[in-house]
Amino acid sequence: MDAIIILQAGVATGTVLLFATIGEIFAERSGVLNLGVEGMMLIGAMTAFSTTIATGNPWVGVLAAMFAAGLISQIHAFITITLQADQVVSGLALTFLGTGISLVLGEGLSKAGTVSLLPNFSIPLLSQIPFLGPILFTKQSVMVYIGYLLVPLTWYYINRTRPGLNLRSVGEYPSAADSLGISVFRLRYFYVFVGGMLAGLAGATISLAVAPGWFSELTTAGQGWIAVGLVIFAQWDPVRAMFGSYAFGALRRLILDIQGPTLLLGFDNPFYYNPYWGFFLQMLPYAFTVIVLVIGSREAMRKRLGAPAALGNPYVRGERGK
Amino acid sequence: MAESTSVQKKRAGFKIRVEPRLEEPAAWYPLAVSLGAIVVALILGGILISFAGGDPLKSYQHIAKASFGDTGVLSDTIVKATPILLAALACSVAFRMKLWNIGAEGQFIMGAFGASAVVLAPLLAEDTPRWLFLTVMVLAAMAAGAIWGFIPGYLKAKFNVNEIISTLMMNYIAIAWINFWIFGVWSEGGFQMSPKFPNNAWLPRLLEYAKEYPALRGLTTHAGLLLGIVAAIILWIIVYRSRWGYEIRLIGDNPQAAKYAGINITSNVIYVMMLSGALAGLGGMSEVSGVVHRLQTAPIAAGYGFTGIIVAWLAKLNPLVIIVVSVLFGALILAGREIQPSGVPKMIQGIILVSLIASDFLLRYRIRIVRADAEE
Repeated sequence: MDAIIILQAGVATGTVLLFATIGEIFAERSGVLNLGVEGMMLIGAMTAFSTTIATGNPWVGVLAAMFAAGLISQIHAFITITLQADQVVSGLALTFLGTGISLVLGEGLSKAGTVSLLPNFSIPLLSQIPFLGPILFTKQSVMVYIGYLLVPLTWYYINRTRPGLNLRSVGEYPSAADSLGISVFRLRYFYVFVGGMLAGLAGATISLAVAPGWFSELTTAGQGWIAVGLVIFAQWDPVRAMFGSYAFGALRRLILDIQGPTLLLGFDNPFYYNPYWGFFLQMLPYAFTVIVLVIGSREAMRKRLGAPAALGNPYVRGERGK
Repeated sequence: MAESTSVQKKRAGFKIRVEPRLEEPAAWYPLAVSLGAIVVALILGGILISFAGGDPLKSYQHIAKASFGDTGVLSDTIVKATPILLAALACSVAFRMKLWNIGAEGQFIMGAFGASAVVLAPLLAEDTPRWLFLTVMVLAAMAAGAIWGFIPGYLKAKFNVNEIISTLMMNYIAIAWINFWIFGVWSEGGFQMSPKFPNNAWLPRLLEYAKEYPALRGLTTHAGLLLGIVAAIILWIIVYRSRWGYEIRLIGDNPQAAKYAGINITSNVIYVMMLSGALAGLGGMSEVSGVVHRLQTAPIAAGYGFTGIIVAWLAKLNPLVIIVVSVLFGALILAGREIQPSGVPKMIQGIILVSLIASDFLLRYRIRIVRADAEE
C-alpha cells in the first residue's frame, strides 16, 4: 500500500468518471437531465472494444465509441426535447436500452482475447516534479492527459465564451434565450450529443485503457450513476468534478489494495483473513456517493446555489414563464 | 397558440399539423397507443436481433411458445410474473407521487434478506408451524424493505438528496450486503449460497395439492401470486379510494397546490418510500420462500426491480393493470432465458420503454393532416 500508487491509479480510474461527469454537466447546463449515462457508457465501452478488434486501431475504437454513444443520446434528445416527455423516465429508458443493446451486440466479446490498447507514457520534465510528478505525469494513459486538458477547456468554454453563455442561458432561462434568437431546441440537441460523446469516451477509456476488456454490465458497474451523482456534488462545475472524480478513482483503488497485506496499521488485516469482509469495502463507493450527495445538497441549500433553473423542464414555445 | 407549438411540414399540398389536445381523448385511445408502441418496439427489436445475427421471427415465436404453450410453462410464466408484480407495485406508488424510486431492486433484495434471516439467523426454530413461519417472514421482509426505502426517503425529505441516485446506490449496497452473508456467515460449505430452508418456510405451491387434483402436478405457481394480487387490490384502494391516496396523487400532479392545501409533503415522501420499499421487500420474500428456497445472489438480484419500473410505467401506474402487464413481462423473461444472444429480453424491455414514453406524445397532442390551402 503505497500512497503514490493509489493516487496514481486513482487519477487513471477517475478519468472515466471525469469524462462522464463533464459530459453530463454539458447536458444539464443546457437544461436536459440525462440519466442514460450508464447505458451510453456501456455502448461506448462495447463499441470501442469491438471496433478495435475489427480494425486493430484503438483510436478508431475511441472515435466509434464517441459517435455511437452520441447517436444513442439523440433518442433521449428527441423524446425529451421534441416530444417533451419526462426526462427522468426517458433517461432511465436510455440506460435500459443502452445496456440491452450493448449486451446483445457485445455477445462473445468477453472471449475476444487481447487487443491493442491506448498508449501509456510519461511526460518529460513534468514527471520529475516531486510527489505530483509520479502521480500525475508518470506512465499514465493518454486518456488521463486528455482529461487534464478537458477540465480547463470546459471551464473556459462554459464560463468565458459566447457559446458557453448561450449554453447557460438555454439552461437557465430558455424563453429569454429564445427571444434573443438563440435556438433552444438546436442547442439542447447539440449538448445532449456532446454529453453522449463524452459518456462514450468514458466507456472507451474503460475498455481500452483503465480496465481493458468487455465484461458485460460489470464493465461500468454503476459508474455512470456515480457520475450523475458527482454532477450534483460538483455543482455543475468541471473543476469540482475533477476533484470528485479523482477522489472516487483513488477510493476504488484503495479498496483493492486494502485487502492485500496481512497486517493493516499494525493489526492482523481482517479483510485478508476473512475475505468476505471485503464486501463492506465494496459498498464504500456507493455509500460515499450518497454522502457526497448529502454534502452537495446541503451546500446548495445554504449558498442558495442550485441546478440550472430550467433543468428537467421541456421548453415549449409560447408557454408563459420559465 | 396552436401555431406556436406546431411542427409543420409541407408535402404535396398537404400539411401535417401537430396541436395540443384540448379535450380528453376517448377511453380506448391510450390503450391503442400503448399497444401500437409495443408493436413498434417489437419491430425495432426484431431489426436489432437480425442485426446481431439472430432470426427475429423465430425469437418471438419461441417467446410465445415457451411462455404460454401449455399449463406447465404458463405456470412458470406466472412464477416469473410474481416478483415483477410486487416490484412494479412498489414503483407505481412512488412514481404516482413523482418520487423516482429506482431502488425497488435493492429493497427487493433486502426483503429476501429479511425473510432469510428469520430462517437462517435463526429467529424461529425449524419446527415452527408453517403459518407462523411464513407470517414472520413476510413481516421481516416488509420491514427490511421499508428500512431500505426509508433511508433515501429521509435523505430526500431532510436534505433534498436526489432520490434517483441515492436509491440506485442503495441497490449496489444491498447486493454487497447479502453477498457478505451468502459468501461468509451463511455459506453452505463454502458454496455461494445459504443452506436450503426447511419445508415450513416454503410458500405453498400448486403441486402440493396434486394428490387431490392431479391436474396440478408439477405446477410451481406459489402463494406469492396471492400476496401480489391482494397487495395490488389494497394498493388500488389506497391510491384511488383513500384520503392518503388523494394526497399522494395531488402531490404528484401539483406539489404547489398540495402545499397550499396543507398536505405535509416531507412526511409523505418518507411514508411513500417506506410503503414502496415494503412492497418490494414482500416481493423478495415471495421469491426466496416461493422459488429459490435459499438465499443466493444471482436468482434474487436478477433485475426484477428494474423490470418493475417498466411494468409500472406501461400500466400507467394502475395497480390492477400491473397484474396483467406483469404476466406479459414474466413471459418475456421466462422465454428470454433460452434465447441467444442472451441480452435480448433486456434490450426489448428497453425498446418497449423508449417507444412507450415517445408514444405519450400522441396522448398530449394530436396530429392532423390538412390540405395546405384549406387552412388560410
